[in-house]
Amino acid sequence: MTKFTIGALNVHVLPSTTYKTNTILLHMRSPLEKNTVTKRAILPYVLQSGTMEHPSRQHIRRELDELYGATLQADVSKKGENHIMSLKMEVANEKFLSDSRPLFARGLQLFSSVLLSPKVNDGAFDKAIVEGEKRTLKQKLASVYDDKMRYANKRLTEEMCKEEPFGLFVYGNQEDIPSLDGASLYSYYKQVLSADQLDLYFVGDVEEAEIKQLVETHFAELSSMPARESVPPAPAAKQPKEPREVMEEQEVQQGKLHIGYRTQTTYSDEDYFPLQLFNGIFGGFSHSKLFINVREKASLAYYAASRVESHKGLLIVMSGIESKKFDDATTIIFQQMDDMKAGKFTDEDLTQTKAVLKNQLLETMDVPRGRIELEYHSRLSDKSRPLEMWTEEIDKVTKEDVVKVAQKMQLDTVYFLKGKEEAAHE
Amino acid sequence: MNKVTFEQLQETLYHEELPNGLNVYVLPKPGFNKTFATFTTKYGSIDNHFVPLNSEEALRVPDGIAHFLEHKLFEDEEGDVFQQFSKQGASANAFTSFTRTAYLFSSTMNIKENLTTLLNFVQKPYFTDASVDKEKGIIEQEIKMYEDNPDWRNYFGLIAGMYDRHPVKIDIAGTVESIHQITKELLYTCYETFYHPSNMMFFVVGNIDPDQTLTLIRENQAEKRFAEPKEIKRFFETESEAAYQKQVTIPMNVNTGKCLVGFKDRLPEKQGKALLKHELSVQLLLEMVFGQSGENYQRLYEEGLIDDTFSFDYSGENGFGFSVIGGDSGNPEKLGETIAAMVKEFAGKPINKEMMESIRKKKIGYFLRSLNSPEYIANQFTRYKFNEMDLFDVIPVLEELTPADLEAAMKEHFNAETQMCQCMIKPKGE
Repeated sequence: MTKFTIGALNVHVLPSTTYKTNTILLHMRSPLEKNTVTKRAILPYVLQSGTMEHPSRQHIRRELDELYGATLQADVSKKGENHIMSLKMEVANEKFLSDSRPLFARGLQLFSSVLLSPKVNDGAFDKAIVEGEKRTLKQKLASVYDDKMRYANKRLTEEMCKEEPFGLFVYGNQEDIPSLDGASLYSYYKQVLSADQLDLYFVGDVEEAEIKQLVETHFAELSSMPARESVPPAPAAKQPKEPREVMEEQEVQQGKLHIGYRTQTTYSDEDYFPLQLFNGIFGGFSHSKLFINVREKASLAYYAASRVESHKGLLIVMSGIESKKFDDATTIIFQQMDDMKAGKFTDEDLTQTKAVLKNQLLETMDVPRGRIELEYHSRLSDKSRPLEMWTEEIDKVTKEDVVKVAQKMQLDTVYFLKGKEEAAHE
Repeated sequence: MNKVTFEQLQETLYHEELPNGLNVYVLPKPGFNKTFATFTTKYGSIDNHFVPLNSEEALRVPDGIAHFLEHKLFEDEEGDVFQQFSKQGASANAFTSFTRTAYLFSSTMNIKENLTTLLNFVQKPYFTDASVDKEKGIIEQEIKMYEDNPDWRNYFGLIAGMYDRHPVKIDIAGTVESIHQITKELLYTCYETFYHPSNMMFFVVGNIDPDQTLTLIRENQAEKRFAEPKEIKRFFETESEAAYQKQVTIPMNVNTGKCLVGFKDRLPEKQGKALLKHELSVQLLLEMVFGQSGENYQRLYEEGLIDDTFSFDYSGENGFGFSVIGGDSGNPEKLGETIAAMVKEFAGKPINKEMMESIRKKKIGYFLRSLNSPEYIANQFTRYKFNEMDLFDVIPVLEELTPADLEAAMKEHFNAETQMCQCMIKPKGE
């Protein structure tokens, strides 16, 4: 992937003839903060709902249909203490169609107008659009409660990171919604264009020179701004404290056990790859300790897994169990963690996990979006890790490295969403 | 070895039917790191009443047994097959649907070893009383996970509302009660009947050499012995044409209501080109009535009846087929009524040709995008073949469809009076 800067835009291009489509993706990044979190959660959805030329969602969608079903998606995500708004477009490569009229430039034009020419009257976004998106956001926030796995994950993060920006929910909060309006959102939008870190990715049957020219034409407003200095957010405070247990009761068939650890390791640290190995042996895969011991040996769960938040330094364990099996499950999980700290895993476990991690990496690189996300990691940190080095880095990890990482793990919060007694009908 | 090239798509497909009846397909994808393979049997949750191999009498088996069998095949005498795959740098999985059970792996290394592992573990059942018993706790938790999931409950609630007797209405994983009736003997009976190579398909897609891949599979199969293939007799209850119920309401511990509207196929015996034409026609119609570029979507969104969870889909197999429309809603009742009214209004008017062209383009583009995904290609190709269709006919058939075809499909499929059912999830206490 080649990189260059055009004004305020960091442009990344990966030419490839492997795909039947071309992908355009923009990440807009700024620190996760309480006073902007809800604005950022709604803004990309307002943008994709109307431009000056295509004044409603319906008009935009018609244009996308004409472009042979090009897709346009808005998204908001949280990576460490960064809040990222994204717009993504995928458009068919006309060389695979019987109709060979070019689609890419027209797609890019629509993409840029969604970003730079939204429907605005008198310095405010369209009122009807904003009200519609407020309603959708309200419902989206309310329905997090309905997906118990997601709900438990959100609750654990809130409890664990109460005092840290990371405790904010990616879609903001209900309390902020009533005060949002077209004018205040528009002035925030202007601020985003002038201050966010902007990364624009292209993957597909494209050439660097062609992209340069198209970007200068279609993103003139941004390409004429001065380049922005990249400021990675300050490393998150790692505050050791006494482990806590949070219990919540609801009418559910299955209890949701979510356990948060502080890894004291982030993407920019030396022991980032040992941490990946740790997670792979401990709970990342179907050969891992959690899967084998909680599911296969004890039959306590259908899923028992762990994952790492690389930019915040958290490890989250998740398992769905019978409510009355809380003690059995936590005993087994803590035992696995103790075994990791004591180095009770074999060289074969290590080799096997290396093979799986390398495979996962190569598979992710097959998907344009996956490739972009891997590259984007380096933009979130001051540490550059070229992808070509990753397999080598994985191979270098020793058992001692993994044990060292294990010993840094600190239990922070155990969250359990359990069924109400009367709901346990067996 | 047969070879078919699709010029416009720049894809080449290789096929061979082996002497034991196994159909093998290979699709090389240069440029990809990964190879993806599926080994699929035409056996799913609906196949619960059949004549077992080596028997003359029909047998009815407990609900959820196909899915249970899928879980248990991953265990062999040496232990867990997941371990074997991960040592070889592969990630393995499986799924059971109404009509299929598929075993799969994806990997960027040791492709020969992984192909061999996939062929061997699926063709080597090993069940013991203890291991069958142990699996019950795991599947029980899988069932409970789905019971707490309102989208899942809504979807299966709708199917159970549309169908009175057809086994498509049974939960794929069964119930806590039904899985406790499963024994190792029953598992072997199902296995012997449905896992004969002549009832299966093997599909490999990725950066591979077709000759070497086919040779490996051919040699692997030649070393194994199988019973003579026999046609499998399956029995399905007679299902009425009309939807069984008009409305189903499920109260749940949720904040937001949900509504799905289903249209049940009246004549679900189509196979081959007729099914492909029907399926694509219904999908085009759904896009025309409810797609984001249409008036109806805009209206539903502006009135606050839907949010971006709104979606629609059609799926058809031999014996059943239905479309499903809906999503989260603050007013699920009104959403259901409005969807029905919109379908009626659309059916009363001639097909708008300009709109049809635009939606046709959209579907062609979507299909092209799907071909980026090895998973999509392998799974869909298999589903299509099991229904005597060909995945690579999708674009030609889409290009052939006429307004008259859509009008015919409209009449047959979207009858709101008799074929429609509405299933709602409502927050408890409302």
